[in-house]
Amino acid sequence: MKRAGFSTRWLPILLLLPQLSIILIFFYWPAAHAVKSSFYLQDPFGFGETFVGMKNYTSLLNSSAYLRSAQFTVVFTLLVTILSLSLALLLAVKADKVIKGAKAYRTLLMWVYAVAPPVAGVIGLVLFDQTWGPLKDFFGLFGWDFRLGVNYFDTAFAMVVVSVWKQLPVNFIFFLSGLQSIPKSVREAALIDNRSASGRFWDVTFPLLAPTAFFLLIINITYALFDTFGIIDTVVKGEPSNNPMTLVYRVYVDGFRGNDLGGSSAQSVVLMVLVLALTVFQFRMVERRIHYT
Amino acid sequence: MAQVTLNALRKVYPNGFEAVKPASFTIEKGEFVVLVGPSGCGKSTMLRMIAGLEDITEGDLHIGDRVVNAVDPADRDIAMVFQNYALYPHMTVRKNIGYGLKNRKIAKDVINQKVEDAANLLNLNDYLDRKPSQLSGGQRQRVAMGRAIVRDPSLFLFDEPLSNLDAKLRNQMRIEIKALQRRLGVTSVYVTHDQVEAMTMADRIIVMNGGEIEQIGTPSEVYHSPASTFVASFMGAPPMNLLDAMRENGAVMVGGQKVAEFDGSGLVTLGVRPEDILPDTNGAFEIDVTLIEELGAHRILHAVWAGQSIMISVAKDVAAETGPLRVVIKPDTLSYFDPQTGRRL
Ligand SMILES: Nc1ncnc2c1ncn2[C@@H]1O[C@H](COP(=O)(O)OP(=O)(O)O)[C@@H](O)[C@H]1O
Ligand SMILES: [Mg+2]
Repeated sequence: MKRAGFSTRWLPILLLLPQLSIILIFFYWPAAHAVKSSFYLQDPFGFGETFVGMKNYTSLLNSSAYLRSAQFTVVFTLLVTILSLSLALLLAVKADKVIKGAKAYRTLLMWVYAVAPPVAGVIGLVLFDQTWGPLKDFFGLFGWDFRLGVNYFDTAFAMVVVSVWKQLPVNFIFFLSGLQSIPKSVREAALIDNRSASGRFWDVTFPLLAPTAFFLLIINITYALFDTFGIIDTVVKGEPSNNPMTLVYRVYVDGFRGNDLGGSSAQSVVLMVLVLALTVFQFRMVERRIHYT
Repeated sequence: MAQVTLNALRKVYPNGFEAVKPASFTIEKGEFVVLVGPSGCGKSTMLRMIAGLEDITEGDLHIGDRVVNAVDPADRDIAMVFQNYALYPHMTVRKNIGYGLKNRKIAKDVINQKVEDAANLLNLNDYLDRKPSQLSGGQRQRVAMGRAIVRDPSLFLFDEPLSNLDAKLRNQMRIEIKALQRRLGVTSVYVTHDQVEAMTMADRIIVMNGGEIEQIGTPSEVYHSPASTFVASFMGAPPMNLLDAMRENGAVMVGGQKVAEFDGSGLVTLGVRPEDILPDTNGAFEIDVTLIEELGAHRILHAVWAGQSIMISVAKDVAAETGPLRVVIKPDTLSYFDPQTGRRL
C-alpha cells in the first residue's frame, strides 16, 4: 500500500504551526508562568516580586479555608458526578422504552444542553430566589427556611442541583445512544433467558454500557471540577464570604479578588497535578478496557 | 417436548401492516417443522410470536397444554437461536451457555455439569473461557446452539441460524443440527429462506408467501405435489417448469401436441419438474436446446418448447449439445394449476 505523504518537509510544519502556536501561547506559556509565580510573592500593587520557595504551598496546606474548599470540592464532585450519571441513566433507560412520542421526549431532555453555564446559574438563582423563587416557597412548605447565599448548606445544595441539571442532557444523550447500540437480538436473547427486568439490566444491559459509563465518568468529574465555574460564580456572585467554593473557583477568588497571585498560582499548580493524575488514570483504564465486537 | 398449536394466529404491526394472515396448524411432539419462504413473507414474525418476542394480534397459541398468548418469553419453556447468534459479548462461552440456567434457580454444580455436557456435545470444551469475539462464526453458532440445548426446553426456535455461515460450514451445521434435534427429540420450528435447508431438515415444511401459508406438507409432498404455482417455483433448484397449456377433448395440449389425459377445457398451467423430462431419441416431443449449464453431477439444459422456455436436468453421462432434442415426459409426474389463481387442480 502506498503511503500518502508530503513532498516537502516544511509544508506539514507550516500547516501545524497555527495549532501549535495556539497551544503554546494559550496553554503552555500560562502554565509555565503559573508554575513560576507559585514560587514568588507578588506585591499587591504590581511593584515586583520576591522569591519565597515553597512558602505559597505550605501556607495553602495551613489554610483552613483552602482545606475546607478542598473538602467541599470532593463532596461536590462526587455528588454531581453520581447524581447526574445515575439520573441520566434512569432517564435514558426510560426513554429507550418509549415508542410513542419518543422524539418529543428526547428533544425536551436535550434542550438543557444548549443552556450556557452562567445562564443555568441564573435560572437556578431565579428558582431558588429569596423573595420570589418557587423552590424556596416549596421548601418552605416543609419548614425548610431556604437561604441562598447566606446558609452554607443551602447554597451548596443549590449549586449541586443546578450543576446536575446542567449536565444531565449530555449524559442522557450518551447513555441513550449507548443503549440503542446494543443489538436488539441480544436483548431478546436475554428476554428468553431471564424473566426479571432488573436482572436483565444488571447482567446484560449495564455491562454493555460500561464503556460509555466510564467515558462519562471522566467527563463528569472534569465537569464538576472545572466547568461548574460559571454556575458557582453566578450563585456566589463574587461574594465568597461564608459560601462554599470549589478549588477552581478559589483560584479565581484568591488571585483576582484577593490579589494573592503567588498563592493562586500554587493552587493552579495543584489542580494541574490533579488533571494530570486523572488523565493518566483514564489512559490506563482505556488501554485495559475490553473492546467488544 | 411439547405439542404446539396455532389457532388463527394473526399479526398486524402497529403501522397497520398485516405481516401474518390468520394461520392455523399443529406441530406434533418431537417434530421438526421448517417455515420457508422468500424474505419478507412473515416467517420471523410468526416465529417471534411463538417465542413471545412479538405480541399476538389475534388468535391463540398453545404450547403443551397451556395457552401462552400472555406468557412472558422466559416462562414459555422455549429456547431460540438467532441469525446473528445474539451471544452476550461480555460473557465467556461458559457464562453464555449457563446464563439461562442461572436465572432458573438451578444449583451451581448442576449448571456447571450441564454446561460441560453441552460443550462436550458441541465440541466447545476448549473454548469455554473465551469471549464470543475470540471465536469463529461456526464456533459462535455452536455456542448459540449450546445455549439452547442446555436448557432442555420443550420447544426449539431457530431463525435462519445458518445464514451467516459460509456454504461449507452451512452444510455441515445443517446436518449437525438435524442430528442433535433427532437425538434430543425436542419439538422444533426452524425458519429459513433456503429451500435446500427446508427440504433436507424438515419432517414437515410450511411454505409461506406474503404473510399467508401456501402449503403444509412433508418435503416430498411439497416437492412433488406443490399446492400452488408459487410453491412449485419456490421449491427446487432449478424450479418446476410452468407451461401454458390447453385442455381439449380430455387431453392437455402443449403446442398442439397431446401431453397427457386431463378433463375440462380452457387454459391450464402445466407443471413439470426438470428431472421428469428425459432425452429419448424416440420421444414424442421436440425441444430446442439453447444453453447447457454444467454442474458436475448433472447438467441443466435450457431449452424452448413450443415457444415457451423450459429447463431439463440430465445426468452427467447423458450426452448433450445445443440444437433440437427429442424428449419424453415421465407419466404421472405432472401438476396442474388454475392459471387465474395459481392453485393446484
Ligand atoms: N416492526 C415492524 N413494523 C412494521 N412492519 C414490520 C415490522 N417487522 C417486520 N415488518 C414487515 O413484516 C413483513 C414480514 O417480516 P418478517 O417476518 O421479518 O419476514 P421474514 O422473516 O419472512 O423475512 C416484512 O414485510 C417486514 O417489512
Ligand atoms: Mg426473517
